[in-house]
Amino acid sequence: MSAAIRVAGLISLLLFSAQSMAGYQLNMKPGVTSFSQGAYEIHTMVMWICVAIGVVVFGAMLYSIINHRKSKGAVASDFHESTALELAWTIVPFLILIVMAIPATRILLDMEDVSNPDLSIKITGYQWKWNYDYNVGENAQDISFFSNITTPDALHKSTNGGVAKDKDYLIEVDKKLVIPTNKKIRLLITSNDVIHAWWVPAFGVKKDAIPGFINESWINVPEPGIYRGKCAELCGANHGFMPVVVEAKSEADYNAWIASQKAVATAAAASANKTWTKEDLMAQGEKVYATTCAACHQASGAGIPNVFPALKGSAIATGPVAKHLNIVLHGVTGTAMQAFAGQMNDADLAAVITYERNAWGNNTGDMVQPSDVKAAR
Amino acid sequence: MSAVIEEHHDHHDHKPTGIGRWLFSTNHKDIGTMYLWFSFIMFFIGGALALVIRAELFEPGLQFVEPELFNQLTTLHGLIMVFGVIMPAFVGLANWMIPMMIGAPDMALPRMNNWSFWLLPGAFGLLIASLVMSLMGMGSAPNFGWTFYAPLSTTYGPASTDYFIFSVHMMGISSIMGAINIIATIMNMRAPGMTYMKMPIFVWTWFITAYLLIAVMPVLAGVVTMMLTDRHFGTSFFNAAGGGDPVLFQHVFWFFGHPEVYIMILPSFGIISQIVPTFARKKIFGYSSMVYATASIAFLSFIVWAHHMFTTGMPVAGELFFMYATMLIAVPTGVKVFNWVSTMWRGSLSFETPMLFAIAFIFLFTIGGFTGLMLCIVPADFQYHDTYFVVAHFHYVLVTGAAFGIMAGVYYWIPKWTGNMYDETLGKWHFWLSVISVNVLFFPMHFLGLAGMPRRIPDYSLQFAEFNAVASIGAFVFGFTQLIFLYNVIKTARGKTSVKATSQVWEGAEGLEWTLPSPAPFHSFTTPPQVK
Repeated sequence: MSAAIRVAGLISLLLFSAQSMAGYQLNMKPGVTSFSQGAYEIHTMVMWICVAIGVVVFGAMLYSIINHRKSKGAVASDFHESTALELAWTIVPFLILIVMAIPATRILLDMEDVSNPDLSIKITGYQWKWNYDYNVGENAQDISFFSNITTPDALHKSTNGGVAKDKDYLIEVDKKLVIPTNKKIRLLITSNDVIHAWWVPAFGVKKDAIPGFINESWINVPEPGIYRGKCAELCGANHGFMPVVVEAKSEADYNAWIASQKAVATAAAASANKTWTKEDLMAQGEKVYATTCAACHQASGAGIPNVFPALKGSAIATGPVAKHLNIVLHGVTGTAMQAFAGQMNDADLAAVITYERNAWGNNTGDMVQPSDVKAAR
Repeated sequence: MSAVIEEHHDHHDHKPTGIGRWLFSTNHKDIGTMYLWFSFIMFFIGGALALVIRAELFEPGLQFVEPELFNQLTTLHGLIMVFGVIMPAFVGLANWMIPMMIGAPDMALPRMNNWSFWLLPGAFGLLIASLVMSLMGMGSAPNFGWTFYAPLSTTYGPASTDYFIFSVHMMGISSIMGAINIIATIMNMRAPGMTYMKMPIFVWTWFITAYLLIAVMPVLAGVVTMMLTDRHFGTSFFNAAGGGDPVLFQHVFWFFGHPEVYIMILPSFGIISQIVPTFARKKIFGYSSMVYATASIAFLSFIVWAHHMFTTGMPVAGELFFMYATMLIAVPTGVKVFNWVSTMWRGSLSFETPMLFAIAFIFLFTIGGFTGLMLCIVPADFQYHDTYFVVAHFHYVLVTGAAFGIMAGVYYWIPKWTGNMYDETLGKWHFWLSVISVNVLFFPMHFLGLAGMPRRIPDYSLQFAEFNAVASIGAFVFGFTQLIFLYNVIKTARGKTSVKATSQVWEGAEGLEWTLPSPAPFHSFTTPPQVK
């Protein structure tokens, strides 16, 4: 009895607590770009045509079910052929299809026109994060960064419970893709490993990121704001955990952001040339480890048995430094261990390797400096 | 020796006994029964995997399975339901019914029939073994989805991918042999007077399905073989780093995969086309247009494959071609639906369980057809693709389409198979609970997809929580309702129902199978009937 009450309570909670978190969204949203609005327009049109056909067909069926039943004394007629009817229900649907095809074609041709962009951004999918590179095409800027989910603990059953299930759950990233408003931005989409798909519903853009190929799309976002999306193509264990977040800024704000990113890059270049203390390396290493390594090897360094190897007490993390450095730089072919040489700067690599060799009781006492990494590249 | 032969002649209904009856069977009815039981067992295994998935998705957070295992569950669920449930059930129904419907004594190639069935337990044993080993902590089962896109399944595939490849090869050989057998039977063993245009629609739909199988199963075998050589013999068909193309995989896979979709629905169209006239007590409306529509759908299925790939970056001309070609499928499919409705129109309807499932099929399959039409519109597909909208679409056509068709067929023909009427009250419970819960399960998935939830994710952000909880409740009710079906089938097979079936079984039933006694004798139509 009490169980029944609890189930009833749960169901009513589900039904009535929704407003506070925008649940029960029934339909697609129109979005902010001409594509997403075009998609919404054609979606709405085709859906209502289907509803109208459904009303006619299901209505006829229901009429028959109600009125032509044997229990009401209905006697079967011999109505089993009618050339006129059969022609009609071949030709009329064909005409309806043409009505749908015309606007669909118009919207599609507009979407596929990537000519004359103001700016290009290269998007590269990695297991399981996005890289955004501004150093391509027109108005190239020397800016490139990775965008990771902010809650790596959410990726595993044992640690998921400790992550707050709030409005940011699974949709927030450490670094957003920043774009200017009212500019035609060409997106060049590719992948480093398996196929991913970069998708922002409010833009109406979903394009597969395919290793070895570069796909094109474009956006022109009229309003500043935060736009969220996800990876849409199954890309391995953490496919559900590579959100996309785009921040559209006015042109002035965007230019200020570009300047600030360049300042950060200059500072990072300077830090690569100095000699770090062990405390600094460990502190920086812990941060890098949490965003880049913990998704597989776990915050505890214990890995996932049979899937991702442990680093805690492992032969590599406690063995010769050169081998450890080599694996992190060049990856292990055929496994999820990527080559990080192209993904991180010398200082971050030095910090994270130092961290891995001294955390979780690995206590090798080793220290790796950015200059060591530079020499090993 | 001669005594044995004489005994055989004396007792027309002599059956072999013991396990040998099943292991070495060349009898179409026994092999049909084995196919159906195999499919039924796989239905519960695949269903159990689905319930673990729905339990995990009941609320945000990871409660039951790690993401790695979640991907293995979705992969195995899809493979088992497609290759282990729907296809073997159709072959089982074909084995039982086609010879009886065309007045043949058995299938044309009975020994091959035995072999094509007995490959299946091996194929699925291998596949399921990989999941069992994964649960025991030894490696990972296939974890790349039932569509196994490269390079996730090649360069990045777990060791068990090789089990998967071998398993798919065996399933493919089994399907090809089954299809050859069905074509040979239909072409050569029809009773005198049964011209092609007098064949029951179920026979017609299977005839066309068999050609689809022969055309595309070798393509599937080809694509898994290319995977195998990519993985072990240094080729680079699908590896861009070696000059290959990951998208080539998708083209080859979907060249198999789209006809496969129709392989999984055409025989159900056939079943519905048998059932609706019986319970409307009226001839099927537009027999010849039904046949032509089926053939048109089969033809079109070969030229629409890339509508599964609109987001891969096709040239715009390709997108337009595949959109238009896909839209055309709505025309012959519409013809079939209109014909079923017109068959009911001014009939004399009664609503026994097979008819209830058939009516639900027409309603719900049509909803799946509507969402299919929406999905082929390229600009809108960019939003729907790889979301729960697609999951809703293909479960409407496969569960409330293909599977409801099979359930309708089982209730329709089980009195002929067993000689006993099934329990109508239990049948109605099974129907009403299924039809309500299946909509609670799948309808909200349309909303989830439109709101932006990708498919194949083990956890989701909060805006998707409500409809996922609703869908999971529907899933559990639907899953456990199928135990009523199992119980009803066992009860009927064991003769525990009070009513014995007549040879006609249904008042409005027409066709050769209904001229045989119920249960149908072990050997039937040893002398061919004459069809007027």
